[in-house]
Amino acid sequence: MITPLNAILWIPAFAVPLLALVPNYRAGAAINVIASGLTFAAGVSLLFAERVRSDILIIDDFNIFLVTVTTFVAFTTSIFSASYIGHELETGRLTPVFLRFYHALYQAMIGAMNVALVANNIGLMWVGVEVATLSTVMMVGIYRTPEAVEAAWKYFILGSVGIALAFFGTILVYLVAQDVLGEGLPAMAWDLMVQKAASFDPRMLSLAFVFLLVGYGTKVGLAPFHAWLPDAHAEGPTPISAVLSGLLLNVALYALLRFKMLLAANPGTLNVGIIMIVLGLVSLVFAAFMLFRRRDIKRLFAYSSIEHMGIITFAFGMGGALANFAGLLHMTMHSLTKSAIFFAVGHVTQVKGTQQIARITGLSVSHPVLAVGLALGVLAIAGLPPFGVFLSEFLLVSSTFARQPLLALVLVAGLLIAFGALVLRLQQVLFGKPSGSSGQVKASYVPLFLHLGFVLVAGLWLPEPIVRWFRVVAAQLG
Amino acid sequence: MRSLQFDIAHLLAGGMLVLSFLLIYQDRISATLNVFALQAITLALAVAWQAHFQNAPHLYVTAAVALAVKGFVIPAALHRIVRRLEIHREIEQVIGGGPTMILGLGLVALSISLVMPVGAGLSLIAREDLAFALAVILLGLLMMVTRRNAVTQIVGFMSLENGLVLAATGARGMPLVVEFSVAFSILIAFFVFGVFVFRIRERFDTVDVSALDRFRGERSDHL
Repeated sequence: MITPLNAILWIPAFAVPLLALVPNYRAGAAINVIASGLTFAAGVSLLFAERVRSDILIIDDFNIFLVTVTTFVAFTTSIFSASYIGHELETGRLTPVFLRFYHALYQAMIGAMNVALVANNIGLMWVGVEVATLSTVMMVGIYRTPEAVEAAWKYFILGSVGIALAFFGTILVYLVAQDVLGEGLPAMAWDLMVQKAASFDPRMLSLAFVFLLVGYGTKVGLAPFHAWLPDAHAEGPTPISAVLSGLLLNVALYALLRFKMLLAANPGTLNVGIIMIVLGLVSLVFAAFMLFRRRDIKRLFAYSSIEHMGIITFAFGMGGALANFAGLLHMTMHSLTKSAIFFAVGHVTQVKGTQQIARITGLSVSHPVLAVGLALGVLAIAGLPPFGVFLSEFLLVSSTFARQPLLALVLVAGLLIAFGALVLRLQQVLFGKPSGSSGQVKASYVPLFLHLGFVLVAGLWLPEPIVRWFRVVAAQLG
Repeated sequence: MRSLQFDIAHLLAGGMLVLSFLLIYQDRISATLNVFALQAITLALAVAWQAHFQNAPHLYVTAAVALAVKGFVIPAALHRIVRRLEIHREIEQVIGGGPTMILGLGLVALSISLVMPVGAGLSLIAREDLAFALAVILLGLLMMVTRRNAVTQIVGFMSLENGLVLAATGARGMPLVVEFSVAFSILIAFFVFGVFVFRIRERFDTVDVSALDRFRGERSDHL
């Protein structure tokens, strides 16, 4: 039977072999867009379908909104990608054979992320995150320049370490659960574990979480495990940077949060909030300072992603209804905004023919529409009102001030430093004497402005169902 | 009977740990590959023993995969690559053998002190297996960070993965273990041969990863 849940898993699964076989790159790009669109439609219809659970798959308040966001960004990115790759073929950076490979991997990654999101079995969730990671490793290396190979190798090595530690953590969680739930599949089913988590051995559960935090934290890009992230963003194709920042980091964080819920349901466990607060603040402040020294525009926004993942991790580390709410909102807003920025950056680097910020000047004169899109995106991610990022950061800062004023000072300092760096770089790019070609961009602006529109609307008014989901999940996160 | 079962499991897991130490100590690539093959064979025996006394016949599949793929196919293929690249004599360790061994001892102590006190609900054998497995994993990690050569980094990763398989098979009745181990083997095979070593060879004429560092993106001469 075709249910929306099956559809979001099977559409990408069918698209992978199909795309690997279709030789024409235009047809491939079209199939990629259609498959992503259908997956998005299925993701939306999931909202209206009956909630289901089995020992393998689950749909609940937490993942239902993330599935929608993920399939949406995957869909818009596939549209952006279709306009992006034409240019890459013309300049000879990619060949048609590699494009087949690229499209197939794109769908593999989306399917794997959906698997990770809807998995109830923690082993399956791990498989989803890993397959998604490994398909991006290969896409990062797809240009086969020395830089790209180095980036992919680094990503592969660090990603493997993450893989291993997260898997060890998963085994430990199973061992804890098996004590209470008995051997076999139920002891890996997340919802059954949450119900019984109070009777788990708290020390072993805490130990497991430390491994999961380091393992999945590597994929979230938290400092000091972030070394792969800037290179992977800078050397791969820009659509991949968009989904890496916008989706994969979120999915890894989502996996971590599922386990945090387990710990929240067991009063005897270690207070992992403190570890998450420290990791989050270190990532935030470190990335904020690193933003000043960037010369490469894609690396700049990669560090900005580390910064925002730091903010989100900090929010969940603080815990409590308000901070968790802010964290969930920020996950969504960052996902939409950062992918929009990478859409703009992708077109900018193509028309200017370089990623070096110093060589990109006068964008507001040569390409006004693109400049407006980029400027809005950067102002939104820097946390200016009236965009949604401002709303979530404001919520987080005010709730932190009420509880831990000193931590709030560090948080605000990090946010301001990052703001300064981003605005500084933005004005270098926008103003001055136009550099490079001023040829027209053969691009669709729809995905860019659609994302920015959503971020703006969310900043002004959040729809009732979203607020309700966030509240329920925020309560579960403890 | 109970104690014999315990002793054999102990012997095999301990053997893997000793081989891990041999791995981080080796300073020649071909010797490293041989030691790794030996570790994979020991892993296969350990898994088969678990399959036998847990009464879990599906674990024999995991054992067979470990034996065939990691015990023979991958080491043989890596030997060929190493000979073709003419790097069978060299190995660069970032830190010397002695300090690495001391670090390794520290990691073993760490894993014992982490795992043994927790998990009161687990049997002693499960906990000891877990401590051994964690030690093998951490030593694999150590090997990955102390080697700069791409081939030995892969060996480090595979040795780490041996530890994971040991941990997963030691967890009684864990579902999907066979699938995990097969997926891991496919992954490794894929990466070893298909993509990286070839490309790194093709682009740099060396598999020394530190050569890659020359190509870091953000240098001022790019401006």
